[in-house]
Amino acid sequence: MHDTSAQAVQHHAPTSFLRKHVFSLDHKVIGKQYYALALAAALIGMALSWIMRIHLGWANAAIPGLQTLSPNGAPGGVLTPEYYLQLMTMHGTIMVFFVLTTAPFAAFGNYFLPIQVGAEDMPFPRFNMMSFWVTFTAFLVLVSSFFLGDGPTLGGWTQYAPLNAIGSSAGPGQGLGVVLWMISIALFCIGQLLGSLNFISTTLDLRVKGMSLMRLPLSAWAWFITSCMGLTAFSVLMPACILVILDHVAGTSFFVPSGLVLNDQLVPHSGGSTLLWQHLFWFFGHPEVYIAIVPGIGIVSHILIANMRKPMLSQRVLIYCMGALAVLSYMVYGHHMFVSGMNPVSALAFSFPTLVITIPATITVLIWVFSLYGSRLRINSASLFALGFISMFVSGGVSGFFLAQPSIDIMLHATYFVVGHFHMVMGVAAMFGIFAGTYFWFPKMSGRMMNETLGKVHFWLSFVGTYCIFMPFHYLGLVGNIRRNSTFVFDYVQPLIPVHQLITVAALITGAAQLVFVYNLIHSRFWGKPAPDNPWEATSLEWSTATPPPWDNFGGKHPVVYHDPYQYGVQSSVGDYVMQASPEQVKTDHEEK
Amino acid sequence: MGKFFAITILVIAILSAIPIVMHTWEAPADISTHGHLIDEQMSETMAEAGISFLAAQLLLAFFIWQFSNRGTESKLKSFPGGAKALVIAALLVVGVEVLALGVFGVKAWADVYLTPPSASAMPIQVQAGQFAFYFRYPGPDGKFGAIHPERINEGSQEFFGLDKEHDVESRDDIVTAEMAIPVNKEIHLLMHAKDVGHSFFVRELRVQQDFVPGLDVSLHFTATKIGRYEIVCTQLCGLGHYNMKAYLDVLSNDDFNEWMKKEAAMQ
Repeated sequence: MHDTSAQAVQHHAPTSFLRKHVFSLDHKVIGKQYYALALAAALIGMALSWIMRIHLGWANAAIPGLQTLSPNGAPGGVLTPEYYLQLMTMHGTIMVFFVLTTAPFAAFGNYFLPIQVGAEDMPFPRFNMMSFWVTFTAFLVLVSSFFLGDGPTLGGWTQYAPLNAIGSSAGPGQGLGVVLWMISIALFCIGQLLGSLNFISTTLDLRVKGMSLMRLPLSAWAWFITSCMGLTAFSVLMPACILVILDHVAGTSFFVPSGLVLNDQLVPHSGGSTLLWQHLFWFFGHPEVYIAIVPGIGIVSHILIANMRKPMLSQRVLIYCMGALAVLSYMVYGHHMFVSGMNPVSALAFSFPTLVITIPATITVLIWVFSLYGSRLRINSASLFALGFISMFVSGGVSGFFLAQPSIDIMLHATYFVVGHFHMVMGVAAMFGIFAGTYFWFPKMSGRMMNETLGKVHFWLSFVGTYCIFMPFHYLGLVGNIRRNSTFVFDYVQPLIPVHQLITVAALITGAAQLVFVYNLIHSRFWGKPAPDNPWEATSLEWSTATPPPWDNFGGKHPVVYHDPYQYGVQSSVGDYVMQASPEQVKTDHEEK
Repeated sequence: MGKFFAITILVIAILSAIPIVMHTWEAPADISTHGHLIDEQMSETMAEAGISFLAAQLLLAFFIWQFSNRGTESKLKSFPGGAKALVIAALLVVGVEVLALGVFGVKAWADVYLTPPSASAMPIQVQAGQFAFYFRYPGPDGKFGAIHPERINEGSQEFFGLDKEHDVESRDDIVTAEMAIPVNKEIHLLMHAKDVGHSFFVRELRVQQDFVPGLDVSLHFTATKIGRYEIVCTQLCGLGHYNMKAYLDVLSNDDFNEWMKKEAAMQ
């Protein structure tokens, strides 16, 4: 083992207000900025979902305040069909990009990856600062589409061609709204590429003396693997977005074939392929959903170990599983396209890796569950959300058995079954990973403890509430309830409307529970009990340093790593654990396999 | 609280399974010749997914019940067999199960998508455009006239842009707003997109296929039960997507011939 830590920090301690809090080069500030962005985005995305759910349950409901926001979109407060689709598109886009990619990866990863490897910062702090501000600009561009032209695009977060490319005659928001969406997402991709560059080089080059790759905590492995996926996925989406912009403004026709007629007018484009967009988008889109979940897998593993007081049955296998998920995620993307018109033989080719990806996912769940055996499991807000993650990951994952098979997809494609599946894995499990990370790391980041009682209230309402919302989606899908419908007019869906009404009630209650979390965050930030350096008696490097850490993380001293990351269940001078940076040698039952 | 959490997981898992076991919400009865393979695949998958779901949630609940909030004096134990046993179990049980599902599911898929229509199948063209389906029958000559996109005009009900003056084959084409087919007759459905992406879904027929602008795709199927069924669009196509539907009437041979005569007279 040799010391590979470079002289990383090219910046000095910040002095001005702007350098300390705004244009900061410090990965910790950047991490908190990303977290604040994700929080704001989540609240907006959640409010959009409330409006959608109210309309779906009660199509003629007049929603207060909506007419002020958009007199055309919601005259008298009642959503028009186009405005429903516009809000739905923004809900999906905001949540997938600005919450689920931003919080688990960019926020927690930026804050904790350098500390967990023992570094003072990332190797390219200026790129890192740029990555946040580019992402923030992307968010502003996206939100601006609410207020410009005829509103946001209505084509869903998937933005299929040729609806995305033929302009405003296809519907409100399909001109300027699409262009703004594409600019926003292209910028987002650039931000994430800059971030991934930093994460990869931090992990490979800045590990402190004694920190071999196998001694990295599981959260660090998860961020590293995710950043590798980010590099290869975002680099495909960005040019795809640029091609759509060109179809709008430069007279090109990448995605529009000839012979299309809209509103009795021949569409002037020719030569393009609509399926090309789907291939480009889903080549990004499937790894993207693993980018959303893999950090959660690492974070939840990391938190569970600290709360079980024993390591997982095998750290190595979990790392291999995360790696397998990442590699396989590129081979499955066509399962979104089974009935798209692509060659039906390729449907079978995509179906097999989609079924095979079940295997590393199952091994991961089995390792988590069977590691609980014989543990001394501590129940607190962080561990509750981590355990809840496992339950949700199982629930969301088993619906994948159905969607992986093209013959079954004939009945379930574009139904609420799909919506239930991805909400359980992304909208719930990944969110639970973010919550677990927050309750676990908030003390280190802010120097104060969060309120445990409020944390538990948040957990119970969220766990039961999200099951009440999303489990019924699967039943609706089995009947054939089609998604992305602003109102339910098909004959066979009429008897299902009462189910939608119950779901809406559950959604509003669960949404209110999230405000408990926000209150807890804000109140604890200023008035929470002061936190000790290591409130959870945990072992990884972030707990070796001060709370909150100084600007260079370790106060001028480079830690040396003596142990594997999860030495719990031992007898040491401090308790049943020994920290990675502690030179103390203890008898341990848990030799790293 | 650990034990309460375990009970909650158990209750949620059981409540979730009840509507499935009781068949409360399901697809309607199959009226196609190929659909039984899809339905069998669905039942097998439901059984395997259901068992996996319940087993995982129950194990999670059980271990949380047993091992939460134990005192610091309690002994730490490792599951016998360790990770190796779990990896082998996952590979054997889950691996074999999902690959079996995949292999057996090939036939269900191939019957719909990888077998050509028979030579005697009745051709019908469906065009999807914002926000309606229109259907075209070839008429006595058995041939469809060419679609001239520049001639399409919804205002004058020229949905397919036919040039009856110059295209002889289009003169006897029959354009309708509803689709009717004879029972027990194979249909070869030719799918044309007028503007953006749409999709054709009839639950009872066990068929769903996207329309691809610029690429004419087709489906074939045989309906086995007389009745009226809804055709719905499932691919987001614009603001009227929620309202885009048509009706499929499966008729006896005699009723179908009557219907065709009536529609032909209205052209």
